[in-house]
Amino acid sequence: MQPVTTEAHAHTVHESHHEELGFWRKYVFSTDHKVIGIQYGITALCFLLFGFGLMMLMRWQMAYPGRPIPLFGPLLEKVLGAVASGGVMSSDLYNSFGAMHGTIMVFLGIVPLAFAAFGNFVVPLQIGAPDMAFPRINMASYQAYVVGGVIMVVSFFIPGGAAQAGWTSYSPLATIIKTQGQTFWIIGMVFLITSSLLGAVNFIATIIQLRAPGMTWMRLPFFVWAQFVTAFILLLAFPPLEAAAVMQLMDKLAGTSFFLPTGLMVSGQPLPISGGGSPLLWQHLFWFLGHPEVYVLILPAMGIVCEIIANNTPKPIWGYKSLVYSALGIGFLSFIVWAHHMYLTGMGTAISTFFQTTTMMISIPSVIILSALLISLWGGSIRFNTPMLFSLAFLPMFGIGGLTGLPLGFNFTDIHLHDTYYVIAHFHYVVAPGTIFALFAGIYFWYPKVTGRLMNEFWGKVHFWLSLLFMNLIFQPMFAQGMAGMLRRMADGGANYSLAKEPGALGALSDSMIHANTAISHAAWLLGLAQIPFILNFFISLKKGRKVPNDNPWESTTLEWQTPTPPPHGNFAKAPVVCRGPYEYSVPGHATDFTPQNEPVNAR
Amino acid sequence: MEIPYTVHARQDTGLYNAKLGIWLFLASEVMLFGALFSTYILLRVGAAPGTWPHGLLNVPIGTLNTIVLITSSITVVMAWASLKMNQFSRFKLFQAFTIMLAMTFVIIKSFEYHDKFTHYEVILNDGKVVDGHLVEKTQEHVVIHPAAKHGQHAAEVKIETSQIKKMENYGPWHNTYLAIYFTLTALHALHVIGGALVIAYLWGPGSQMWKTDPERFTNRIEVSGLFWHFVDLVWIFLFPVLYLL
Repeated sequence: MQPVTTEAHAHTVHESHHEELGFWRKYVFSTDHKVIGIQYGITALCFLLFGFGLMMLMRWQMAYPGRPIPLFGPLLEKVLGAVASGGVMSSDLYNSFGAMHGTIMVFLGIVPLAFAAFGNFVVPLQIGAPDMAFPRINMASYQAYVVGGVIMVVSFFIPGGAAQAGWTSYSPLATIIKTQGQTFWIIGMVFLITSSLLGAVNFIATIIQLRAPGMTWMRLPFFVWAQFVTAFILLLAFPPLEAAAVMQLMDKLAGTSFFLPTGLMVSGQPLPISGGGSPLLWQHLFWFLGHPEVYVLILPAMGIVCEIIANNTPKPIWGYKSLVYSALGIGFLSFIVWAHHMYLTGMGTAISTFFQTTTMMISIPSVIILSALLISLWGGSIRFNTPMLFSLAFLPMFGIGGLTGLPLGFNFTDIHLHDTYYVIAHFHYVVAPGTIFALFAGIYFWYPKVTGRLMNEFWGKVHFWLSLLFMNLIFQPMFAQGMAGMLRRMADGGANYSLAKEPGALGALSDSMIHANTAISHAAWLLGLAQIPFILNFFISLKKGRKVPNDNPWESTTLEWQTPTPPPHGNFAKAPVVCRGPYEYSVPGHATDFTPQNEPVNAR
Repeated sequence: MEIPYTVHARQDTGLYNAKLGIWLFLASEVMLFGALFSTYILLRVGAAPGTWPHGLLNVPIGTLNTIVLITSSITVVMAWASLKMNQFSRFKLFQAFTIMLAMTFVIIKSFEYHDKFTHYEVILNDGKVVDGHLVEKTQEHVVIHPAAKHGQHAAEVKIETSQIKKMENYGPWHNTYLAIYFTLTALHALHVIGGALVIAYLWGPGSQMWKTDPERFTNRIEVSGLFWHFVDLVWIFLFPVLYLL
């Protein structure tokens, strides 16, 4: 989209020579999908580290409740004031950090990294397109994301601090907390929703319209399919949360009662409101996004893992079509499972039964995808490089996360497990050693295409093994804690409900459960240290990494490896024509182990 | 670098990029308004029996606004068809009507809003309720003009401030019906204003493109027209739900 008046003129100029863009147009206000992908990636990685940092501070409070935080305590007191007086994390601050840890990890970390960063960089390349369908909307999407992120971060420093009502922001709690942190949260979310809406429209239009000649639907790499379904989920599931956010904002600022019931009392005083609202309504609208969001987090990860497994076995992926149909099935079913988060709200047994049934149904396509990826390994001559190690670890880690979800999906077992550390362990297994491992795999895998250099293998493996170890040390004990009845969101790590405090009390937490907090916290800090090799590797390899021997260092078949390295503006030197499916590895009788998608059929 | 299918349709999909893009955007808009309509249903079903207000809004004015928007839907199509028939001045005329109708809608709507914000419910210390429009307000007293019933003229009521227990206008805070009414119609009005701004831009400075790239300009009118139809369609649902039911 050139400026209107000079358009015809601009065309001729463009064809004769490529004008060099200035620094701002090239790196900051860029419309190139690759630059936007990198912008998204770097920003999202920073937010992931920030969100993880919040949790590392919270883990101190859980391990040693009421003791000042070493090193960071005085800093927190200086920056945030009374909520961290004496360097001790107050309960209010713990609540803020907890709410923002979830918000930042999900909406500012993983979704932008998995969907926007990888999707932006890889999808147009994999389908053989010169760019996204709407480059300027793409830029606007990133800018809206940054604005949303800034609002979220700024909310820490306003009087009263950031939102405290959990990443789910349940009303009436979220509405009646006096501080404006929640208002910032809502406004920030509106920007983030706008960002992902613009991104989703762009992705779908790009995949439908800009596929290269010959790139039929069943020749799309599975990663593209995964992003396609993800984009639809974002497109249709986010707007109800936007509506809910607008209504919560009205409750907060205009004094309406959308989510505030009649007769609501706060601290023994009736609130001066009209009443008549429904707290359950917020939960329905939130989880109508919240559950599909889980598949937004996991589908791109599955796509990345699929690419890397096919490339490193090297074998065609087992059951490509069943993967595609399963992804579509997940996309559809993800819209009708949301109320399994609400079994304990008293919404009624008939509704619970319905959502229990759909929840069990959605596990089927997930299991198909995982099984197909597992079977793909059979008989392969596997290369154990860093991206492959992360991808292989994804399978059992996501498996644990998925299978432990089943007891939460049955409403009778959920009564016991609801809101305990079991839930935390379950969804972190899905997202942390699941999705985040797949994202690491993707970074190690596509880094050479982005930079022209490979990341260091040795430090990559150090990063992998330490991360795998500490992830499991963190989350495995939480299953036990949860089954023992330890609830989430307690600022003292459950000390108040321990046998030590109340000897002989029924259902109180035993010493071993309380002490597990300390072990988990140490594992969390060590996991933080284990990321240092990754961070250093990431930056040092930019300058010092081994240069790629050719444009296709992993001997891959998909189109992103058939471009110059790094791909120039417009991507392909010659517009590609696709002649075959995405995973033609080790074709019998073929000279090489891999047959690129754009290699003509009769060229042997 | 040239992005394909910005102007001409791709053969196997039959769409140019922007047309697909606007349809996808409208799908998400359906979900946005869908959530608010669902809210309306849930709040109404959940209200205590007999407390859901009826007849707060002026049906003839609502009907007039419905006619205004439907007419604008016709002019927007005629404007696009004029471009297809290569009649630029006719396009200018029809789209001018569209913009004026959009402004008429917003003006009428703002009168309706003003009517609600000056409509007060005054609860007196003795439990009596005076309900009507505010005529005068001083430190010592307020004057309320109660709504006339069946053509009879109702006299103005003067109330001493000391007698008043609670006084509240019919803003979104008054009850959940007004909360959803204001939220839905304000969001819709924002869509009307946004759509009108885009149409006005394409009518004014943006119409230069007709000289350089008429086909692409016609596409832009089509895409903005699709959005405009959606905005009209939302009102077609809003009107019965808020005014009639």
